[in-house]
Amino acid sequence: MSALLTHAVDPAAAERAAAMTLPSPDQEVWRYSRIAELDLASYAPAAVRTTISGADSLLVADPSLVAELVAGMTVHDVFDELNAAYQHTVAISVPAGKVLAEPIVITHHISLEDNGRALYPRLVIHGGQDSEFTVVERFESHPDVDALIVPRLVLHAAQAARVSYLGINLLGDNVWQLGHQQATGERDSTTLLATVALGGDYARVRTDARLVGQGGSTKQIALYYADGHQMHDFRTLQDHIAPRTSSDLLFKGAVQDTAKSVYTGLIRIREAAKGSVAYQTNRNLTLSEGAWAESVPNLDIRTNEVKCSHASTVGPIDDEQRFYLESRGIPPEVAERLVVLGFFDDVLSLLPVGGLRADLRTRVAAKLQRRLPKAIA
Amino acid sequence: MSTLEIKGLVASVAGQQILNGIDLTVRSGEVHAIMGPNGAGKSTLSAVIMGKPGYTVHAGEVLLDGVDLLTLPAWQRAQAGMHLVMQYPSEVPGVGLADMLAEAYAARGRSVEGLAASVADEAERIHFPVALLDRSLNVDLSGGEKKRNETLQLALLQPKFAILDELDSGLDIDALRDCSRRVEDATNDTGPNGGLGVIAITHYNRLLEELHPDHVHILVKGRIVESGGPELADRLEIEGYEAFAGADAAPPAAPKKPSLDDLFAL
Repeated sequence: MSALLTHAVDPAAAERAAAMTLPSPDQEVWRYSRIAELDLASYAPAAVRTTISGADSLLVADPSLVAELVAGMTVHDVFDELNAAYQHTVAISVPAGKVLAEPIVITHHISLEDNGRALYPRLVIHGGQDSEFTVVERFESHPDVDALIVPRLVLHAAQAARVSYLGINLLGDNVWQLGHQQATGERDSTTLLATVALGGDYARVRTDARLVGQGGSTKQIALYYADGHQMHDFRTLQDHIAPRTSSDLLFKGAVQDTAKSVYTGLIRIREAAKGSVAYQTNRNLTLSEGAWAESVPNLDIRTNEVKCSHASTVGPIDDEQRFYLESRGIPPEVAERLVVLGFFDDVLSLLPVGGLRADLRTRVAAKLQRRLPKAIA
Repeated sequence: MSTLEIKGLVASVAGQQILNGIDLTVRSGEVHAIMGPNGAGKSTLSAVIMGKPGYTVHAGEVLLDGVDLLTLPAWQRAQAGMHLVMQYPSEVPGVGLADMLAEAYAARGRSVEGLAASVADEAERIHFPVALLDRSLNVDLSGGEKKRNETLQLALLQPKFAILDELDSGLDIDALRDCSRRVEDATNDTGPNGGLGVIAITHYNRLLEELHPDHVHILVKGRIVESGGPELADRLEIEGYEAFAGADAAPPAAPKKPSLDDLFAL
């Protein structure tokens, strides 16, 4: 590892990380990934520049309280250990019964100074009993910076809490993101885990949503759109542990130029989770011939009396839809914009912060406009 | 006044020649009905004129005021004044009627000012429920609602010529009357462009009782085998397609679709 810019807050975790090998795409959990391209030693751990708004008195400073909040977090790989070692933690605890009208917004800025740095932000969110709020975490960077960001999210919704999280990746084309999110929902809680991924070189987010209290419900949604050489990689787990829990997932993505995307999802309904309901839908648009998208849905049902379904599609813009619009006198590039924005419309309408929709539609349209012309054979 | 001339049109789809030389001239304000049995080439004719991908033209031309539509992409044919009311309008999830019309207007250089009011007026005129205007195009609409929606677009986009591809299919009697009357009103428009010229493609007489054609053509095996006035439709009603010269009422043997049996070589 290159020169340290920051000291490990957890030297034991740093030692454990140093003793571990990097994952390989031969491991099923990293299948299709670009992890083999990562030269971890070329990145030095550093502090990430983070701004927070709307949290005020809800920030938790006491390390022992934070430790309590992350007690249930599990460690899967070297990146989890590195995050533990070099983390810069923002911890938010919303007290029981409290309802926040405005979202808490956390923004990580990666500047040119961060070239060659590895950043390990950690966001800990605790929603007290019957609380209700939304947290937005934005990942932004200078367009040219080459950096690695390894964020971790630990989200806990206590009984009947309603907690929404939205992660927005607007990183530059040379930034790698290796994200891992762990959410736990207690009895009758509702969690929404939303992701918008437009940036990054290789950007991976793994989201584990665990339903540990009966009647808990969780929804995962994502909008992702990769162009140029970008790759977006998602791995989701809908883990039903308690009875009568429900989960729903809608991931929609587009790829163009030579970009790639992978969605791998698992619905697991454990023995005790009788009477549970789980849905999973992943739809992908391939907007250029050289682009590639993979969708791998999986079910693991270990009990009876459950309702489950999954659906996945990968394909280009539907010719019939395009022709329908063109037959009304709409030029092809406008027809495609309408179809692509229409494709993302349901995901956009499910985002927890409505005010972001117009901006995101503009960004999606701009991305489509940047699409490279078809290569001449 | 405008003229649409179809001359010697020969076309195929999926390697099979369907249109074997179609000649037809339509002027502003005229309503031409094209009737034919299944497989005669009715829908192929509408697809070829509008420029739907997947069809190959081997000969002929389609001139709109002298401009050969066949040399233009579909969207430019529409801007030149051609319109297709589809038999099965495609669902376009997430795209509302207002968004689509705004883009269609903008592409024609028309101002979108007052568009919402025009949409509401037209919707009321053909009894298209205003509550459905916010739906995505053709998503969760019944057959009748889709055709009313198609007719509403026709009225707003004001083309010179429209092909109605089986407007009557999937339509209850009220919707059929509303849509037909709106089309007929458009044909009687005395604006600077003259009235709408219509090619109404249909299998049955039902549409023609509502939409009164000036000319009726019988299409069989990709050719117009007989043309006449409205009385031709009445004769067809009595005698059937078999009566017409060169007619073969039986649809051409469609290529056998693979069945589940084939999967197991049963």
